[in-house]
Amino acid sequence: MKTPTIKQDMLVMLIFSVVILTMPLWLEPLGANYPDLLQKFAIFGIFAVGYNILFGLTGYLSFGHAAFLGIGSYTAVWSLKLLTMNILPALLFSVLMSGLFALLIGFITLRRSGIYFSILTLAFAQMFYNLAYSVLTPITNGETGLQLARDDARVIDRLFSEAGEGLPSTDFFGLAMSGYSGFYICAVLLIIAFFISQRIFHSPFGTKLRAIKSNQTRMKYTGYSTRPYLLTAFVISGMYAGLAGGLMAATDPLAGAERMQWTASGEVVLMTILGGVGTLIGPLLGVGIIKYFENIFSALNEQALHQAFAFMPDWLANIMVFLTSPFVGEGWHLTLGALFVLIVVFLPGGIMQGIDLIKKRFSSPSKNSKTEHTSSEARLEKAPENGQ
Amino acid sequence: MDAIFLQILNGLDKGGAYALIALGLTLVFGTLGVVNFAHGALFMLGAFCSVSFYKLLTLSKQVKDESITFFDAFKEQPYLEIWFGDYGTTIIDLAVPLSILFAIPVMLLIGLIMERGLIRHFYKRTHAEQILVTFGLAIVLQEVIKSFFGANPIPMPAPEIVSGSAPIGVLFGLGESVVYPWWRLIYLLFSGVVIAGVFAFLNMTTYGMVVRAGMMDRETVGLLGIDVERRFTVVFGLAAVVTGLAGVMYAPILPPDYHMGMDFLVLSFVVVVVGGMGSLGGAVAAGFLLGILQSFASMNEVKSIIPGIDQIIIYLVAVVILLVRPRGLLGRKGVMED
Repeated sequence: MKTPTIKQDMLVMLIFSVVILTMPLWLEPLGANYPDLLQKFAIFGIFAVGYNILFGLTGYLSFGHAAFLGIGSYTAVWSLKLLTMNILPALLFSVLMSGLFALLIGFITLRRSGIYFSILTLAFAQMFYNLAYSVLTPITNGETGLQLARDDARVIDRLFSEAGEGLPSTDFFGLAMSGYSGFYICAVLLIIAFFISQRIFHSPFGTKLRAIKSNQTRMKYTGYSTRPYLLTAFVISGMYAGLAGGLMAATDPLAGAERMQWTASGEVVLMTILGGVGTLIGPLLGVGIIKYFENIFSALNEQALHQAFAFMPDWLANIMVFLTSPFVGEGWHLTLGALFVLIVVFLPGGIMQGIDLIKKRFSSPSKNSKTEHTSSEARLEKAPENGQ
Repeated sequence: MDAIFLQILNGLDKGGAYALIALGLTLVFGTLGVVNFAHGALFMLGAFCSVSFYKLLTLSKQVKDESITFFDAFKEQPYLEIWFGDYGTTIIDLAVPLSILFAIPVMLLIGLIMERGLIRHFYKRTHAEQILVTFGLAIVLQEVIKSFFGANPIPMPAPEIVSGSAPIGVLFGLGESVVYPWWRLIYLLFSGVVIAGVFAFLNMTTYGMVVRAGMMDRETVGLLGIDVERRFTVVFGLAAVVTGLAGVMYAPILPPDYHMGMDFLVLSFVVVVVGGMGSLGGAVAAGFLLGILQSFASMNEVKSIIPGIDQIIIYLVAVVILLVRPRGLLGRKGVMED
């Protein structure tokens, strides 16, 4: 694989930054430019980009990343409660804390690979989830979730001002974390996160991680001890998840244990796969599509469907509504599941593979059937052996 | 002493469910080499087999309520009662055990469709991709059930004759006060019978022998002119039936809801991994072992020493076992080694 030059990378970064920062503008026609959703895009984007560093590069399928998300959230809320409503320390602490936990969990789970690794990470995440609900209630506030209160200590804030009336809101040196300014803070963090992930992808370290994915045994015979590399990747992606969790708490200061449930880990896997595992931009595409359609689809109901099909004759519209109504609103997850199956069956490389296929088809129409074959074949070849 | 005895029963009971689900999972894994995350959904489908069978039996018609005379009152009366009188009532009462008969063909069919339609395209793909596609399938199945039966748990009655508690203590000389629900005892017995049946099928029939041979060395069996694929499809169907039956009989214990499969899936994977990937005996042993450990951990005496242990004991055991015995309790050499 040819590594792009620094110049090309910088160009990509520039375009990327512009695209992300202008999101409120170009998402307007899609009706998705309200701050809440935009913040979600950015936060889950950070989560997925980080997850991709582990899963995309090393092929280690972790089913427990939601735990780091939860740890990040709890840490951030505690920082908001005890120190200050400024999000900077909250984010720093959540990244540090989830990094620490990732180090601990990674140290244990990375002794195994393949399905065992998946189960081990899953087991740890479930442990955290169950504990957050039961014994750790003093820290996590159990089912209610950890919330801010007016009479929290907030030591640093108290140095400068008295406690005001009502609940204070989170800010970043005066910039409010709600509304568009909140989105821009998340977006800048996403750009930084993306930049770091791009550097990792194109660094010798990233190449080594890819080598682990394609053939760990050979990597070991070459004289590399693979575990430190894996652990580093695991910790980095855990820290990304912590940052995402911290941001979630910063935009909406409430941390609940359901954030740690294993379905939440499943969601990030899904986003990464949908976009394209191991590609830089893929996971972000996945996040965008899933979060966008989640919002749109789950808001639809039968009435909206009737309106959408109003141009058809009545009987046809009724049939269409009958056919599509299980897939929208409450049934959005059904769409998601079906989409997921279809993607894995037909396009295991995700949307990025689809784009590649289309590109190839246009550039050399004579070879299209062949290229399609080889690219899917190549993916299979790349499959991690995980043999030792 | 009484408490310990009851906890052992509790554990065996829970373990029975774990063992059945894990047995199905291991069958699929050992034969097809597929990591099936939709397995929990099969358990859930089994439970909903009994729900839908019960609904079928109690299809009712509005009839005039004769007991109320001063105005026209209507009540629902199941057709079965109208047609067969008291026999009909008995049949409805026995809905859960009878739905076993209903569930076997249904689950077999679901299993075969799943294997032929989707899973077989994934034999040669990576485990990660198998996990992902079956995870997606599980979501789909779950949501379909949700759209038909709603999101709330549906309580299922056990047959009236066994709805009470059994004075089990007398049998073991522990006194009258030690009682245990009949249905749970039946479940334990039932899981034992099913497990024995599966093992008998695999160990005592020629068909089972071929399947076992195929598990050991698929290629050689194929070279001998046996259509291994077809047998494995049947095994997948069998696994679906076993898991489904576990769900059917579990319905009176835990009111089925659409996400019960996911809850059990994680546990059953842990059970399989602890028992050793691909080892049938290991799956059963680990199922009962973890069931018992879990019920002991939820005793108040234990909880007061280590708070929260009941929530994490299974996962903790899994982590420890995977780290000190990489192959699980009874794992074979060469199966999913890494």
